[in-house]
Amino acid sequence: MQFYSLPNLIRRGLRGHKDWTPAWRKAEPRPSYDVVIVGAGGHGLATAYYLAKLHGVTNVAVLERGWLGGGNIGRNTAIVRSNYLWDASAHIYEFSLKLWEGLSQELNYNVMFSQRGLLNIAHSEQEMRDLARRVGANRLNGIDAELLSTAEISKLVPVLNTSPDTRYPVLGGTLQRRGGVARHDAVAWGYARAADALGVDIIENCEVTGIRTANGRVTALETTRGEIRAGTVGLVVAGNATVLASMAGIRLPIQSHPLQALVTEPLKPVFDPVVMSAAVHVYVHQTDRGELVLGAGIDAPVSYDLNGNFRIIEHVLAAVSELFPIFSRVRMLRQWAGTVDVCPDASPIISGTPIKGLFMNCGWGTGGFKATPGSGWVFAHTLAHQEPHPLNEPFSLDRFTSGALIDEHGAAAVAH
Amino acid sequence: MLLIPCPWCGPREDDEFTFGGEADFPRPAEPEALTDEQWADYLFMRDNRRGRHREQWCHTAGCRRWFIVERDTVTNEILGAGTYGGSP
Repeated sequence: MQFYSLPNLIRRGLRGHKDWTPAWRKAEPRPSYDVVIVGAGGHGLATAYYLAKLHGVTNVAVLERGWLGGGNIGRNTAIVRSNYLWDASAHIYEFSLKLWEGLSQELNYNVMFSQRGLLNIAHSEQEMRDLARRVGANRLNGIDAELLSTAEISKLVPVLNTSPDTRYPVLGGTLQRRGGVARHDAVAWGYARAADALGVDIIENCEVTGIRTANGRVTALETTRGEIRAGTVGLVVAGNATVLASMAGIRLPIQSHPLQALVTEPLKPVFDPVVMSAAVHVYVHQTDRGELVLGAGIDAPVSYDLNGNFRIIEHVLAAVSELFPIFSRVRMLRQWAGTVDVCPDASPIISGTPIKGLFMNCGWGTGGFKATPGSGWVFAHTLAHQEPHPLNEPFSLDRFTSGALIDEHGAAAVAH
Repeated sequence: MLLIPCPWCGPREDDEFTFGGEADFPRPAEPEALTDEQWADYLFMRDNRRGRHREQWCHTAGCRRWFIVERDTVTNEILGAGTYGGSP
């Protein structure tokens, strides 16, 4: 792997930038691997990287139906935070946030992690009480959280309309200063490059069409590029978890929905933190390039359609114009959707399955991006040891039978 | 936007309706007789089909009746609609 550094940039620059090599190889599938990961998105690539780096498992393939990073890792709104209510979630997201804080150095790849702060605003008395409770819970878990008054919010984000005569007045909010955003594509590329350098094969245009089992154990995957044998398989496929699991006869508590986002034309810098409102279903931040990234809520019907309902766009833009009157005439550059796999408790499944050797990391719903490093880290541990790490033990598939749900719907300040 | 064919009111825009999830899994007659696995399967597990999908809708801002729609979950094409048991 070519080390990225200023001296190297200058040295190669003087030679006309002609001897840079691709960041990762285009690997051809081999007939057999120790571990096969399905899905070359953020979570899958992070899993492969930590498997090779921390557990010495390098005979690993990552299979991707389309192209690397073409799924939800490139479709999210790039927000990173860890201010979740329940202990199980708080622990894994905070662990992930700590990994984010050193990630660019770890990968020798600039993921442009920017801790610009994350502001959740509230529009009702009950929401304020809920936020105060969450701030308390966060602090008990060692997560930075502050309760802000309307005046403090106005000072932090002057362009936010905090006057009392709006449709939904801002009554206060919470701030996580260590929250922020990262360059989402760079996360996939950085993990891919680092995993590749450790010997992991990343195989694109390779769709899994079947899962072979014998005596209750996974033995091989059928793919569009031939059969690939593996003793351990990890399914990490946001948006298609049910489809893949059904190949092994496993039913999941997941429903898939489109989640839309939009981006505007670039503006001069106008505000720093990410601003989220659960009540009016919008989250917005300004990128380093100056565009506003707007996230919306999910379409209610189950759907794998990658357009999304136009009504959602109307709703999110109405909310943005009300909260930020200054943006009312900003033009949208583009809109897109990703398929999100939502569990009944809005928490992920990072777990073994009834089939030995087959593991799943899925159901992240609308909030998987922020968990990418932590999710990969715990899933690599799970695959290497064939049992969960204490951080992901609560996120088992069994919890839907035992009833030990981790109910983050609403609780986690999830904006939908 | 979806144009949803209510069996009683005809085609209407989707904001008049509430989505009610997958169709065809009736509440077990004797829930107390089920194992935890069977109850979890009824309560949480879904086919979540990619393609033809039979689902329940309620015409909330119209006749307020529930009915069944068949829709393709990839293209969003409405393939048909009907009432429970076939009678209006």
